[in-house]
Amino acid sequence: MTGRPTTGEPVLEVRNLVTEFPLRTGPFRAVDGVSFELHAGRTLCVVGESGSGKSVTARSILQIVDQPGRLVEGEILLHRHRTAKGAGADDTVDLARLNPRSSAIRAIRGRDVAMIFQEPMSSLSPVHTIGDQIGESIRLHGATSRRDARRRTIDLLRQVEIPDPESAIDRYTFEYSGGMRQRAMIAMALACNPSILIADEPTTALDVTTQAEILDLIRRLQQSHGMAVMFITHDMGVVAEIADEIVVMRHGKLVERGDVFAIFERPEHAYTRMLIDAVKALDRPSRRRLAMRAAKPPGAAVLDIDGLEKVFHLSSGWFGRKRSTLKAVSDLDLRLRAGENLGVVGESGSGKTTLGRCILRVLEPSGGTIRYETRSGEAVDLTALDRAALTRIRREIRMVFQDPFASLNPRMTVQQVIGEPLLVAGLLSGRDLARRVGELLEMVGLPAASMERYPHAFSGGQRQRIGIARAIALDPKVIVADEPTSALDVSIRTQVLDLLLDLQERLDLSFVFISHDIGVIRYFCDRIAVMYKGGIVETGETETVCAAPDHAYTRSLLSAVPHPDPRVRGEKKRHRYVEQA
Amino acid sequence: MATVVDPRAHAHTEVASQWRLMWWSFRRHRLAMIGLTIVILLYLIALFAEFFAPFDPQAARARDVYHPPQRIHFVDTAEDGSWRLNPWVQDYKLERDKFTLQQTYVPLEGERIRLDFLGSGEPYTLWGLFALETRLLVPEEQGRRFYLFGADRLGRDMLSRTLHGTRISMSIGLVGVLVSLLLGLTLGGISGYYGGTVDMVIQRIIEFVLSLPTIPIWLGLAAALPADWTALQRYFAITLILSLIGWTELARVVRGRFLALRTEDFVTAATLDGCSEKRLIFRHMLPSMASHIIASVTLAIPLMILAETSLSFLGLGLQQPIISWGVLLKEAQNIRSIAQAPWLFIPGVFVVVAVLALNFLGDGLRDAADPYAQSGR
Repeated sequence: MTGRPTTGEPVLEVRNLVTEFPLRTGPFRAVDGVSFELHAGRTLCVVGESGSGKSVTARSILQIVDQPGRLVEGEILLHRHRTAKGAGADDTVDLARLNPRSSAIRAIRGRDVAMIFQEPMSSLSPVHTIGDQIGESIRLHGATSRRDARRRTIDLLRQVEIPDPESAIDRYTFEYSGGMRQRAMIAMALACNPSILIADEPTTALDVTTQAEILDLIRRLQQSHGMAVMFITHDMGVVAEIADEIVVMRHGKLVERGDVFAIFERPEHAYTRMLIDAVKALDRPSRRRLAMRAAKPPGAAVLDIDGLEKVFHLSSGWFGRKRSTLKAVSDLDLRLRAGENLGVVGESGSGKTTLGRCILRVLEPSGGTIRYETRSGEAVDLTALDRAALTRIRREIRMVFQDPFASLNPRMTVQQVIGEPLLVAGLLSGRDLARRVGELLEMVGLPAASMERYPHAFSGGQRQRIGIARAIALDPKVIVADEPTSALDVSIRTQVLDLLLDLQERLDLSFVFISHDIGVIRYFCDRIAVMYKGGIVETGETETVCAAPDHAYTRSLLSAVPHPDPRVRGEKKRHRYVEQA
Repeated sequence: MATVVDPRAHAHTEVASQWRLMWWSFRRHRLAMIGLTIVILLYLIALFAEFFAPFDPQAARARDVYHPPQRIHFVDTAEDGSWRLNPWVQDYKLERDKFTLQQTYVPLEGERIRLDFLGSGEPYTLWGLFALETRLLVPEEQGRRFYLFGADRLGRDMLSRTLHGTRISMSIGLVGVLVSLLLGLTLGGISGYYGGTVDMVIQRIIEFVLSLPTIPIWLGLAAALPADWTALQRYFAITLILSLIGWTELARVVRGRFLALRTEDFVTAATLDGCSEKRLIFRHMLPSMASHIIASVTLAIPLMILAETSLSFLGLGLQQPIISWGVLLKEAQNIRSIAQAPWLFIPGVFVVVAVLALNFLGDGLRDAADPYAQSGR
């Protein structure tokens, strides 16, 4: 993929950009002296972890930084005469000099520089039809008639491959799926044939298969329109897939900048190297885990799920009399062996979270049995337990949550959060409790002294460690981990996974590990179960399934996963899974 | 590998508890700070009304009927040109026109009523406990009277009456809101926590109560109070009537918070930790909404004050000799007072100021209620 047109002259130049946010403690530089260039027909990927200032950089270009942030220094030169459509337009504009509310910058937004955002739901209006919203941006900049605008909108929807554009144009945002919404956003961005497209994590909220399609689409549109694309992402796999050039950011500063192959193969900065290593580590099984299994192979089944079913009743109509139902999980069989990590993978809506919550009876299963062997050796059916028995079982099966921010009570100190299960179970209190919490914190790699603090004083990775400490406080047998790493930065993901492996060895744990990220599962899990529409389509040893998937859906899922190596991009043949009726 | 690099680096964050964060974001809200100051001032007045008021609010003087307000001067100049700092007011004399019998107050040239800060005035017992004489501002000469806010139709000092009215008006809001908080928390909590049919029934009840036209209901209930009740009994009956309507809004706020919190991960985590329902509600959920509840309580107080004022104004709320702003405004019902004694409306100014101040305060609290919304992530 090197045959793209390269012009020597940049379309947009950013020089020494500085954006500051005033804080109580003084100004905070979210972007600190960043410079880069965008070329027509080429893609620049801005990579960085959360808080690196990559989104603020993008927003600074269009002067849409959230209040009270503001551009302090630097130049953003838009060379309009070098763009395809700007031929004849005089000159170079410095966007940084324009007033954020001026009509000059409004004319540039959308017409010369368009932007798409991460959350397609919140960036589209729920009360207007898709056609109205796209048509509006056409008419704002082009001043065409209503009928022309409509024709152009249909054309755009066709370009972004929305099926049946003539009727799709009159539908509302909520009638679109996540991927369709992002396509509509792209259509809106393309409405005025911009010469520069800024995409701020456009695929992060989407499933891998949808992500692959959107990336394809952006690439194809870029080629046909000759746009310069600035693509912001934290996912090195996506970068390897689409980037021509890479800018690596950290703490608001530009760490490294260069050609995609140079960065991936000969990263110069230690931070870039760490980022790439972290991604590559996740693409193969953890050596630690393999060694652990060789020393101690998994034992008998601790959890045996048979014919599990969960039906949600959605009431609709007047007074909720009309009942419709949604089968989130149907006829699901699954077995977890002692000392084993079982990965459950699937796209959003496949029912994997529901499965995890049914095991712990946070949600009541509608049918089937979950046989569990307790520590004392007796077999119980989790679906038939009464309240008291359930409380006992919940001490042996614990849960780790996805969102490290929402899962810790912000009004309780770390000590109270971790000590809660011990206190409620009546096991420890007072000074003994504090000592035990200190031990638990040390076990998860946090200083015992931090127990006095509130959760908001910790970073995402540290909070997830606190959540893990709470899960292991009662010395459990099984941990259900629901996407425990997906809210974390790549560099922290492996650390958390290693921590879980470490705890597994010390405490003799078994994991049900729910994730949408094949890389993470490959690293952490011994066996994998692929979920699709509430059922399991394939189970097996992780490596076997990843190397030679049996089911067509698994194949399509695996083919969509971006590979963190720019040399192999486009080699894999992607195929979409179509269910046989 | 170790993620916490230096524990001392966090030293300043660890003390920032939720209330401190709230205070930080509240302080930035200027109107709310002004509101807070005024509210504190009003409650201080309510607590120490006897001290702030120069006279007994019931003491009438026939000579001073509809006495106009006197301006207070601080610099006292003597005839020889020397001056000293001493507050004084101009003395007035009542003159009656011989033919029309119209009364007018004319200033007595050179006659000044000198005043004392923190002097001893008419004795009073504070809160029925302490016998005191010290008042904020008293005439130097015992027995003289001055009227900064004017006098009413019986020659009673409006300043003293308004300040005493503050006590009843501001407290009826507080007591009424406490009662409705109790009702609102319980019913809203049940509704939001259990959901389903219970929620349905409680919500329909709330809608029913909200659909009742409030003024006629208040009138009906207030009219049904037995005539031989003492002033105190009446006072409590009125607060009860007011809060019977007022609890609905609070119940809705509480229900909304419960519904939102019920699905939060940390509540699920607490369930899995084995918390009983009681512990779940009181230890995990209520602290998270305390700030929101305080904010909506602050916004509910002014509604209570307004309700009491309107009821008393219509003559069906509190009755003489209890003094509230509503009772005082009842005096200003007729055309004559508008024309002749506009100062009778001063309690109305107090109502407006109090309601605005409480609203600003409530707004500020509501904005500050979720400090984690901005600083958490």
